[in-house]
Amino acid sequence: MGRMTFVIRRLLLLIPTAVGVTIIAFFMIHLIPGDPAQTILGIHATPQKIALLHHQWGLDRPLADQYWLFMDRLVHGNLGQSLYYGVPVSGLITSRLPATLWLIIYAGVIAIVISVPLAMIAASRKDAVRDHIVRAVPLLGLGMPAFWLALILQSELAVKYRLFPVTGYGSGVIGHLHSMFLPSLTVAVALCPVVIRALRASMLNVLGADYVTTARAKGVPGPRLFVRHVLRNAIIPAVTVLGINIGFLIGGTLIVEQVFSIGGIGQLMIGSIFQRDFPVVQAVALVFGIMVVLVNLLTDVAYASLDPRVRFDR
Amino acid sequence: MSAISITPESAPQATTAERAQPRRARWYRQPALMAGAVIIGLILIAVIAAPLITSYNPDTQNLGASLQGISGHHWLGTDQEGRDTLSRLLYGGRTDLRIAFIAVLFPFCLGTILGSVAGYFGGWVDMIIMRLVDIVVAFPFFVLIIALVFVLGPGERSIYVAITLVGWVSYARIIRGEILVAKRQEYVMAAQSGGLSNARIIAKHLLPNVITQGIIYAMSDIVQDILAIVTLSYLGLGIQPPAPDWGTMISDGQNFLTTHWQLTTIPGIAVVITGLGLSLIGDGLADLLRPGQS
Repeated sequence: MGRMTFVIRRLLLLIPTAVGVTIIAFFMIHLIPGDPAQTILGIHATPQKIALLHHQWGLDRPLADQYWLFMDRLVHGNLGQSLYYGVPVSGLITSRLPATLWLIIYAGVIAIVISVPLAMIAASRKDAVRDHIVRAVPLLGLGMPAFWLALILQSELAVKYRLFPVTGYGSGVIGHLHSMFLPSLTVAVALCPVVIRALRASMLNVLGADYVTTARAKGVPGPRLFVRHVLRNAIIPAVTVLGINIGFLIGGTLIVEQVFSIGGIGQLMIGSIFQRDFPVVQAVALVFGIMVVLVNLLTDVAYASLDPRVRFDR
Repeated sequence: MSAISITPESAPQATTAERAQPRRARWYRQPALMAGAVIIGLILIAVIAAPLITSYNPDTQNLGASLQGISGHHWLGTDQEGRDTLSRLLYGGRTDLRIAFIAVLFPFCLGTILGSVAGYFGGWVDMIIMRLVDIVVAFPFFVLIIALVFVLGPGERSIYVAITLVGWVSYARIIRGEILVAKRQEYVMAAQSGGLSNARIIAKHLLPNVITQGIIYAMSDIVQDILAIVTLSYLGLGIQPPAPDWGTMISDGQNFLTTHWQLTTIPGIAVVITGLGLSLIGDGLADLLRPGQS
């Protein structure tokens, strides 16, 4: 199979998954116990409002028709109307998406910056004490609630020492980098154990390769060997691990945005839950799902294009 | 007669005992597993023996004694409603660990069944189940869990349903992969040619050989479930007050973080240590049960 065929095949495989994602987002409303319209409207429910919602969402039609209506709106960029804000959900999402993208990318970068040196320390002497320490300490990050770490960092570094703003997204690139540092660090801490593990494994693989032995035999000094020969070849799998874990990364941003009031789509989703704004919750879940599917596709394609050793026959 | 019958039976027993020796020795030589088991053991003892450790009811309010610091009467102080923090920590641990351990069972069972069916039968059954896996995996874990608990309504039952609907996919992937390899083994072909039913082959012959991988994964999955439970409670969607729980404790204490740090910090540390213990057990089990792959 050639590279192009691989990409086309991967794109075709995307279709059923993307359709499946829309089906799950669509069915969320049917999981609501009782009459969804009645439950969503809660104390504001009047017979007129209930009837209006039934009509808007097509709840009075057969299931297949409802899904068709949902998809028809979706392909026209219509994600529904927010019950709380009274504006189109698509507008709410597009205005808040940049903050979330900033957070995701910034957290990914911080995770790489923390993980690369630690993985190098661990891989430089397998099974030594430093290897065990580097493998064990990040395990703390795996079981750490993101919102708790966010609160601690916020109270210590932002409130007490005033090194960073307590909340917000900042303005301008420098402002964003400054304001988003603590939120991004919080998300990165949870991601580091996964990246360190992958990076360490791939570094150990590279260290055993013939070209590293040759470089060693030629007398290349340790640090240079690591940076020029090992790191260069080990970083691709680490970036891939980030791509594969994009769902995990996004999940982390959800709560962190809420604690730091970042104003991204994660905070929009949590806020909408409290306001029982179902169309927004449904649309954000859908957008996150589609985002993960697309990033996974890009990761696969980029990996296949960057690494000449990837073979395309299955 | 008895002397003759003892010999052949005792021989394999001796061999098994000899074989078991290195494994038992290895068990003790797994520092990660031992450390994790000690941590989780101590936490379980503490939460089970909560009534013996503290005499305060975790839900009893005493507004006259609110926001007290660490003292001889209240080892970890009291919260804004005068409830003893140590009591709430221990009873909250009971709630969270109980729910997490129960919650992990449902996706484990569902994922194992669907993964075995997909791996064993292959074809369109496999295709449908694995496409379903791809779709569920597309949603970030927390996004789907929070969205599902939102639509189902807050509470313990919704947590179980949400975790099951989202968590089964990892088990299905793991068990399917293992079954794909195991089903080509001779003992399975022998069972098939012996006319055993597919269900019996899967349950009695294949699963005992592949379930280990699922169990190893379950250890790290419990960590994720605990995080999900405390996160949902933090957001007010999980365990409902007045039941004590670590997430609610962190949420209640966050307004007093600069003045009464222990209200938020201590339950958070409890979650972190529990997560560390379970992760260490998972890592240790992985080293022990699949050497060379860790």
